Amino acid sequence: MIEVRNLVKTFKDGPIETRVLKGIDFTAADGEFIAVMGRSGAGKSTLLYQISLLDEPTSGEILINRKEAHLLSEHEKMLFRLAEFGYVFQDYALLPELTALENVALPLYMQGASRAAAEERARAALERVGLGSRLDNLPSQLSGGEQQRVSVSRAIAHKPSVLFADEPTANLDRESSDRVISIFKELHRAGQTIIMVTHEDEYAAIADRVVKLDDGRVVSNART
Amino acid sequence: MFSLLNIRVGFYLAVRQLRRASLWTTGLIVFVMLLTFLNLVVVTGILVGLIEGINESYRTQYTGDVIVSALSSKEYIEDTPSVLAFLATVPQVTQLTKRYQAGGTIEANYLMRTSDTEKRNATGAQVVGIDPGAEDAFTGLGAHIIEGQYLAEGDYDQILVGNFLLDRYAFGEQPGLTPLSNVFPGTKVRLTVGGVTREVVVKGVVKSKIGELGMSVFIPAAELRAIIGRTDQNVAQIAVRLTPESDPDAFKNLLLASGIGEKAKVQTFADSIPNGVADIKTTFAMLGNGFSSIGLVVAAITIFIVIFINAITRRKFIGILKGIGISGEAIEISYIFQSLFYAIIGSAVGLVVLYGVLVPTVAAHPIDFPFSDGILVAPIDGTMLRIGLLVLTTVIAGYLPSRMIVRRNTLDSILGRN
Repeated sequence: MIEVRNLVKTFKDGPIETRVLKGIDFTAADGEFIAVMGRSGAGKSTLLYQISLLDEPTSGEILINRKEAHLLSEHEKMLFRLAEFGYVFQDYALLPELTALENVALPLYMQGASRAAAEERARAALERVGLGSRLDNLPSQLSGGEQQRVSVSRAIAHKPSVLFADEPTANLDRESSDRVISIFKELHRAGQTIIMVTHEDEYAAIADRVVKLDDGRVVSNART
Repeated sequence: MFSLLNIRVGFYLAVRQLRRASLWTTGLIVFVMLLTFLNLVVVTGILVGLIEGINESYRTQYTGDVIVSALSSKEYIEDTPSVLAFLATVPQVTQLTKRYQAGGTIEANYLMRTSDTEKRNATGAQVVGIDPGAEDAFTGLGAHIIEGQYLAEGDYDQILVGNFLLDRYAFGEQPGLTPLSNVFPGTKVRLTVGGVTREVVVKGVVKSKIGELGMSVFIPAAELRAIIGRTDQNVAQIAVRLTPESDPDAFKNLLLASGIGEKAKVQTFADSIPNGVADIKTTFAMLGNGFSSIGLVVAAITIFIVIFINAITRRKFIGILKGIGISGEAIEISYIFQSLFYAIIGSAVGLVVLYGVLVPTVAAHPIDFPFSDGILVAPIDGTMLRIGLLVLTTVIAGYLPSRMIVRRNTLDSILGRN
């Protein structure tokens, strides 16, 4: 369960202050699939980064399972992200010198799993997204769609509480996008909480709820 | 910071980064490390070796491991036969040579003088009486003949002249010393020792960078004994060579304990080297360390720049690593491991080059300095200390930039924001 209360994010550039989030209230129940939509500059990605503890809000509260996550130290946030969250970025964000298997195994390894156990779970996660035959390929040897599926595998391999996706299909062709979204659907059916930023109405439609932002405020929060 | 988990993950990342890095880049960094290592060891090693070359030349060409010589108040070692008899009983002694010595003058071109007021072409010299065979076997004096021939058994009225006594080899005319001109093998010269003057023939010219040899005239011992009227068996010097594993200081103490110190001066080859040489060695070592330190700083800056560029160009990926929960410490440790790799491989290659190529090559072909045959001095303990210094410097130089980048805001790194 994620609760966001009166979340404000202001960026400062010298004397210039830009308020990107202007008091967001928002909740996501366990197992819910939420699509966050809005025009460019509406604050979608900024909201995602605050909720996923990648950034520090200017004010407001973020409660994750009733825990005041916004008050955690940097180290505690790192541990929280490692254990509870999974991330899928628009540009895949894979490490170029690690193979698909190693990219997925790395967070598991950081969680304390043995190398063999980490690689076993990474292999299973990659097979789940249909990349069982590309384990030893470097990102540069994979197509964009395959890289994004590796990214999804990395995000889910450690069974996170929440999966955050920031425009996961923005750089993909139609076929690859459909494939990634079908993986998300499958994960959702299995009970995975997902918060996804997207521009695509068609993909937002598969979510339980669509939160629309405009000029840093929630303008609509409707069930699909 | 250095938790086992962070070290494991840091190592995991470092190995993969190194394995998939450009071979050229890795090779270049290792090459920089190799040059730094060689700069650290070789500059000091050559400077110290320049002086060590003097020591070694003294040992091999003049004193042996230990030299027994006349006390300052005497011209010969008293009761030389008993000293020799004692030396014969000591198993460490492998070889020795006896020398007679007397001060004298050598004059050339005396037939060319047109009047008694004309300055004589004469110079003072140490006249050394030797057994040519024993001396050559001990010091290899015969190998230092650059003109003419070495003395043979039975030679009479023939001498060898040290190169510093001849104007064409001398460093220049020094006050009070007049190098001989027009003296070649076959030239007749006058040798005066203790008021006795003989006309002798120069049989050869000895070239040595050791003053004691270059400023000497060598003559068969029997002839010098006759000139100075020595009827007993007392000699001025006994140079002693020991077995390789023997300690010259311990042997010197043995001789002193036997009472020889009352009859003669006993010195190791290190003791007999002129005062100041040890000071020069210390000064050169300091200079070498100073030059090497500059090299070390340059290497540290190089590694800092390499790692900084690596980290700054990978800033986005460092942000991603932090974003997905990899600790900053593990990322920093990965860079420490990479720096360690560069330093250790560079040093390992350096060790092979140093002890496999440079030291044996310079030992076989010493560097021809005007006053010594320079060798490369690189003791293992000193080399290991320098490797430790290089590794430590490299690790710090690699750690600092990685820490600077890792400490930046995670999201700013991911998004490439400043």
